[in-house]
Formats: sequence, C-alpha cells, structure tokens
Amino acid sequence: MTDVQVPLLTKKDYESDQAVRWCPGCGDYAILAQTQKIMPTFGRKKEEFVFVSGIGCSSRFPYYMNTYGFHTIHGRAPAVATGVKIANPDLSVWVVTGDGDGLSIGGNHFMHVLRRNMDLNILMFNNRIYGLTKGQYSPTSEQGKKTKASPFGSIDYPLNPPSLALGAQATFVARTIDRWQKHLAEMMLRSYKHDGGSFIEIYQNCNIFNDHAFEEYTGVDKFDNVIELKNNEPMIFAKGTKGIKLEGSKATVVDMEKHSLDEILVHDESDLNLAHIIANWTTHPVLPEPIGVIYSIDKPSYNQEMVNQVEMAKKIKGTSCVQDLLNAGDTWVVS
Amino acid sequence: MGKTFKTIDEAVIRFAGDSGDGMQLTGGRFTETTAIVGNDLSTLPDFPAEIRAPAGSLAGVSAFQIKFSSKDIHTPGDKPDVLVAMNPAALKVHRNELIPGGTMIINTDAFTKKNLKFAGFESNPLEDGSLDDYFTIIPIEMNKMVTAACEGIEMSPKLIGRTKNFFALGVLFYMYDRPLDATEAWLKKKFKGKDAIIEANTRALNAGYNFGDTTELFMTRFKVEKANLPTGTYRNMNGNLATSLGLLAASEKSGLDLFYGGYPITPASDILHTLATWKHFGVQTFQAEDEIAGISSVVGAAFTGKLAVTATSGPGIALKGEALGLGVITELPMVIINVQRGGPSTGLPTKTEQSDLNQALYGRNGEAPLPVIAAATPGDCFFAAYEACKIALKYMTPVILLTDGYLANGSEPWKIPNVDELEDIDVNFAQEKNSEEEYLPYLRDEKTLSRPWAIPGTPGLEHRLGGIEKAENTGHVSYDPDNHHKMVELRQEKVNRIQQDIAPTEIFGDDHGDMLVLSWGGTYGSCRSAVETLREEGNKVSHAHIRWISPLPKDLGEIIIGFKNVLVPEINLGQFLRLIRSEYLVDAQGLNLVRGRPISASTIVETVKKKLD
Repeated sequence: MTDVQVPLLTKKDYESDQAVRWCPGCGDYAILAQTQKIMPTFGRKKEEFVFVSGIGCSSRFPYYMNTYGFHTIHGRAPAVATGVKIANPDLSVWVVTGDGDGLSIGGNHFMHVLRRNMDLNILMFNNRIYGLTKGQYSPTSEQGKKTKASPFGSIDYPLNPPSLALGAQATFVARTIDRWQKHLAEMMLRSYKHDGGSFIEIYQNCNIFNDHAFEEYTGVDKFDNVIELKNNEPMIFAKGTKGIKLEGSKATVVDMEKHSLDEILVHDESDLNLAHIIANWTTHPVLPEPIGVIYSIDKPSYNQEMVNQVEMAKKIKGTSCVQDLLNAGDTWVVS
Repeated sequence: MGKTFKTIDEAVIRFAGDSGDGMQLTGGRFTETTAIVGNDLSTLPDFPAEIRAPAGSLAGVSAFQIKFSSKDIHTPGDKPDVLVAMNPAALKVHRNELIPGGTMIINTDAFTKKNLKFAGFESNPLEDGSLDDYFTIIPIEMNKMVTAACEGIEMSPKLIGRTKNFFALGVLFYMYDRPLDATEAWLKKKFKGKDAIIEANTRALNAGYNFGDTTELFMTRFKVEKANLPTGTYRNMNGNLATSLGLLAASEKSGLDLFYGGYPITPASDILHTLATWKHFGVQTFQAEDEIAGISSVVGAAFTGKLAVTATSGPGIALKGEALGLGVITELPMVIINVQRGGPSTGLPTKTEQSDLNQALYGRNGEAPLPVIAAATPGDCFFAAYEACKIALKYMTPVILLTDGYLANGSEPWKIPNVDELEDIDVNFAQEKNSEEEYLPYLRDEKTLSRPWAIPGTPGLEHRLGGIEKAENTGHVSYDPDNHHKMVELRQEKVNRIQQDIAPTEIFGDDHGDMLVLSWGGTYGSCRSAVETLREEGNKVSHAHIRWISPLPKDLGEIIIGFKNVLVPEINLGQFLRLIRSEYLVDAQGLNLVRGRPISASTIVETVKKKLD
C-alpha cells in the first residue's frame, strides 16, 4: 500500500475526461480541485481510491475523479461503500454526500456506518439547502427559512452534524469550509490518515439557492467568527485577540489583552465530553464557529475486525472444502 | 401380547402442541430417524409467528407434519393418519384435519379445566364422546409417566415435565418400528455436559417406547419399508440449508469469496445464521442496519469483485427495489433470495406463499428486467442457488431466486451431490484496456451481451458506474434519447439470452393429452403427486415444472400446444397464470388457494377431474 513505490502523479492524473457540470460559482468546484490536488500527495496508487456517492449535486463528484467511482442511489452511499470496504479492505474508500443525502434520506446509514467505525472517509458537503431539486429546505436549514416548500418559513429545527456524528460513536469528526482551501486539504489528509471511520462536514456555498449561507466564515471578518481547533493548543482566534474560557461546561469568549494564555481552554481531540461541548457551539450567537478536528480517537475498525474474524476462523477450524460440509451430519447409503 | 405388524406404503404423522412443548424438535428427530431407516419423506413445519404465545392458547399451537413412505413421494401429505396432541388447544386446532378413523395420541395430563377453557372447549372432548365415533383415541398421562420414569434424577418437576415430547416420540417410534439409537446419540451431543438432561430425556424416550410395548392400546404396529431411492449417499436436507450450501459451492467453484449482506427477517434468517458459521471458508456476513443497507452493501461488494448475495422475504424485497434497479443498470452480478411468505405487508410471516412472483418480475421502477429462478423442493434449493450464482456471474446481472417458507423449513432425503460434477463457473476479471484508447466498461460480449468486470484495485481500468443512464460502450452519463432506447432494449435482450443456458423442459407423462398441469416453485411436489395419481387412474394428464420464470424456457410454447387444457396451481391469485396467458395466448386456468399452506395433491386431483368431466 503506502510503502510501495508509487509513480509520481499530479492533479491532472486525478481529473476525469468528463465535463464538470455544477453551476458556475458553486462551492463544489473548490472542493473537487482541492481533492484532485491532494490525492497525489498521499503516496498511494490511484487505482486504490474509490469514490462512492449518493444523489444530489455533491454526489456527481465521482464522475469527475479519475479513480474508481460509484454514483449510487439517494442516501445509500455509506451502505454501498461498506460493501466495497468489507470486500477489499486495502482500498481507500471515500463517501461524498450532502446534508440531504447524508442526513435526511440516508440518516440511518450515516449513523450506523459511524457506529461500526467502518474505515470510510465521509465528506459531507453541507450547503443547508436542497440544490438538485431546486431549493427546498434541508435537515440543516435554519428554522424559519423561506423556500418554495416553506413559503411561510420552515418550522423544522435543524440538526447539528458533528453532534450527531459524536452521538453515533464516530472516532473522527472534523469540520472545514470550501473557501478555506489549505484547511480543507489538511482535514482530508487527517481523515486519510485516520484508521477508522472519519467524518468531515464541509460548509459549502450554494450560490443559486442559498447564497451567502456561510458569509460570516468566509468574508472579510471571517477570522473573528471562526476558531481553528488545534490539538493541545489553547483556543484563541481573531488573530490572537480573543480566546475561549470554559467554566463548567459553559464557554465564553474573552479578550486576550485582559487574560493570559493559561486561562484559555486547551483543545484535546481525544476528549469526548469536550468534543460534545465544541460541537454545540455551532451557530451560537456569540461563540465562534469551530473548524478543524473536533474529535479523534483510535479504535479497531469494523473492516479490520472482519478480517481478524475470518483469519481466526481459518486458524481454528482449518481450511476445508464444500464437499466436506455436504457430507457432514447424519448420512446413509442407498445401494 | 399378540401384537401384529402391518406393512403399509406410507404414513402421515402430525405432532401438535404448545410452542413451548418442543414439537419442531420432536418432528425433527422423527424425521432424522426416518431418513436413516431409508424411507422417502417430506416434512411441513407449521409454527406461529409469536415466539411464545400464552401457554395453552390457540395462537400458540405449533405443529410438525411428516409423510414417510416406501415409495418416491413429493409432498408432506394432506391429512394425517396420526395426530399427537399435547394439549387441548392443539386438539382443537388440528382435530378436523385428521383422516376419519385416524389415531389421536393425547396427553391427558394437559386437559385441565383451565387449559380446556383456554382452548374454548365447553366440555372435555375426551369425556363427552365427541371424538369417539370418528377416531381411535389413545389417552396417555404423559406428565405422570415421565415423572415416574425420571425418578431419582435431580431435576425440578418442571424440567422433568418438559421431557414429555420425547415420551411422545418414543411412542411413535414404537408404533412405526424405528430405532432409538440415533436420537439417544443426538441427545448426548446436543446436551453435552448436562448429564441430568440427557438422562431424563433418554429415559422419557425409552419410557414412551416401552409404554407402547406393554400397553394394550396398541395392538398393531406398522412397518414402512425402505424406499427405492437412486443409489448414493443421502442426508436429510431443508431448503434454507440447501440454499446456503448452494451459495458456498458457487463460491468455491467460481473462486470468489462469498459476501452476504442482509437484515434478519422470517423465514430467511437461517441463511444468514448458517453462512455466519462458515467464516473459515472466507465467507463475510454483514448484518446491516436495514434491508436497504443489506442490498446496498451487496451492490458495493459486487462492484469490488465478490460473489455478493442477500436473502430476505417479500417485505424486504419491497425495500430493496431501488437498489435492485441500480444493480440492473450497473450490470453487476449478485443474487437476491426471496424466501416468500404470506403477504401483503407483514402478512403471515411464518407461513408459505407464492405471491411475490409479480414483485420479482416487475417490482422496480423503469424497464428493469432481471432473471428469476425458483426452487422446486427443499433439496433443489441447493441447485437453484448454484445456478442463480452461475447465471449472475456469466451474464453480469442481479438474479432473483425464489424459494418459500415451505421449502425453507421443509425437508426431504437428499442425495449428496459431488461438487466436482457441478458445472464450472468461470470468472474473468478485466485486467487490461479493451479498446485502444480507454477501458470500455459497457463493451459487451457478443454471445451473452454481458459487460466486462473490472474491479477497484486494477491499474489503468479506473471507471465510474452509476444509476444515471449509461452511454453504450463507454458507460458515461448519457441523456441521449436513442442511446436510452437502445440500452433499455439491450438490458432486456441480455436477460432473454439466458434462454440459451436453460435446460429443456421435462414433461412428466406424454407430450400431448387432455391436461397439462403447469407449476413453478414449491408447488412442484403436490403437482407431481397429483399427476402421478391421475395417470395411474388412466387420465391423459401430464406435468411440466418451470424453473426459470424470467426468461421462460424457449420450448414452453411448443409444449403447451400439445394439450387441450392447461392448469396452473399456485399459492397466489394467478400470477404465473397471467404470465402464461399473456405470453402464449392460451386459455390456461388457475387453481389458486392462498391459505399459507401448500396446496394439497388431492385438491389438484379433484380440480383436474372436475375440469376434465
């Protein structure tokens, strides 16, 4: 796998010959470009990557990657990818999904694939809207959102994907933003290196049906509104001028001119309680939006355990052939 | 004692009792011994959907019927000659099905006031004379008998009471002159380390046998001679085990490891349970979070080069429909097993039916043809599963295998096949480009129209599959109208081409006559029995059984023309019948009984006679 000599590839090698058909200005372009750029740096053979997607704008992604790919059906990408990964655990399997595909119709599979710690890399493009069906509210749309399907404002409450992932026992939960190109690439590398299921929520702008949804985090004052989580480092943001203090489970933003670094909350990726607290800052009116690796621990993956069980069974029972099984049990001869 | 032996051709026995009385187990033991002594046999387990309905209730009655014979038989029999009733509810449910003059062996200890009331008897039928005129009643105080037999064993009275099914088994073994040793050996193996349980059940078994010997209630014993079966080594086989073995044989012969992704559902779960124990054969079993994830994982595993399989029942197939369409358009090999049960909705989960044929043929959006094969007998599930895998891999297509609850749980003596003699299954993964410029995932084989199979990990053949219409050859996304029409036709034509692999249809009887009984799936046995009877009586009736329903065999039209009438017995309202009528423009008639049970041979005989009158 990674330690094998791999021919040096470039971004171009990962581009398929299919014309990309997202709307001009869509955030998906940036994510695709970054993916094609970073994949060659992983030092892995191109044929070992598989991209699996469901249905939605983001799910067209595999068609544009010159790797093995599978554009499946609505919501089921995690389940199809599960079959791929169990069938051949040596593959690097990536799931591309959206907030509707992954959390609405595919919510059940999303939950269980994370619970099992299936070694998949799940990229969820969250644009908080249904794009491909032309603009209905999604399970991450804010309450009160006016769409064609909710002319008086949506009465649905949104869910918070990292909280859901943590509740489902995910072993790697991260968030990034389409316009934060370097950070996006960094998260994909972390996900790739994580041995087990990993979930990255990517805030992605739909410039047709939900433009400016993430303006606060990508515009001129983005550094005031976003905090970049770094393991074992104090949580400071706004170019070092602000920090986060934790009292009990309550976080507050403090002015760094009045507080010292040792008062500031230090991020610990392996702390599940802290991860839940951080995940809950999502769309908080005062607290900054957390991006980066919220949670990461090591735990044996389902696919590895499956390999172990099969090997163990072969060791204990030895290899035999079907004919032995057919002949087993109470038999008698008619002569 | 002056007991006499009477040799008979065949007998039908039904064990009936409370769900907790161990009737399935008792029937299973009687079956094994009957198989070992060399009779032909056929069984029908019939149990409630409730795991443990209230003790003594009508809903909680569980039954097991076996027919055994010195002749070649095909059904578990219609009406039993002997009914073992372990409590009043069992008597109430089954008393009307016994043949007139039949024997009832009754555990009188269970006929308490409370149980009688629970079963809805106003008076005790053992005392009010309501049964005496019709049946031979053999009342036995089974609880008292086993208590006495187990004296000295350190076990609670309650546990000792539970051995009464083995007492009943002993009585039946005496009646039909069967040996006890196989059951005794089985007890020792099953309860290894639990000496008290082994001892108690062994004593109960022997007590039952000896009771038969000493009491004057049984003046006649019956002998059923060995059946004249083809030579070979035999074992008893049920449908779900046969299906599992067929899949594993296909895995071995194709050289592909087996991947099973599925969700538990009655009556298919035993396939998952069985495959899960075969990890040392490289079998991977994935218990998914739901039916949809089950088939989706199968699609993924098929893409990645496994022999990918799922099994479910009707409600599960309903949920899998969309993913099956994905399997059809991506042209990946996989086998989907439907162990049919009573429907619609939850229907009759533990009862048999043939009502998912239309679902198998048409239950997907769009023009989504796929091959459908149906097993005929419990043992045939092995060969049908094998053939389904073979066709799936050869033609790169999902294949639906239809079995049913009766086949799945029923059993028969099965001549063990030689794996070396099974047809080979060749699989060739694509290794290099199939055109000068690029790999064309939809470039078809001229003869089978199947496409190549390049699996992830193969250098240079990276390609994308998906549910959007594919362009011919390249497999790229295509919305072109002419391309779509062509692909729709190609997918159908590919299924039609499977006709070249279908064995000629066998006709039992003459190739012309007054009536052709035409069957598919689990009604094979009843139809064959019925036609045997009808022919013995001189009727010009023949039987043809259809294995592949999609595509239909190419000789069927010719066969049908040879007969004045066609009768299609099915456990549905005429799903195969309508297919036959529309395909061959023939005035075929149906025999449709949807009772959650096999259609009896006698019903078919009567129906044919009425139609020929």
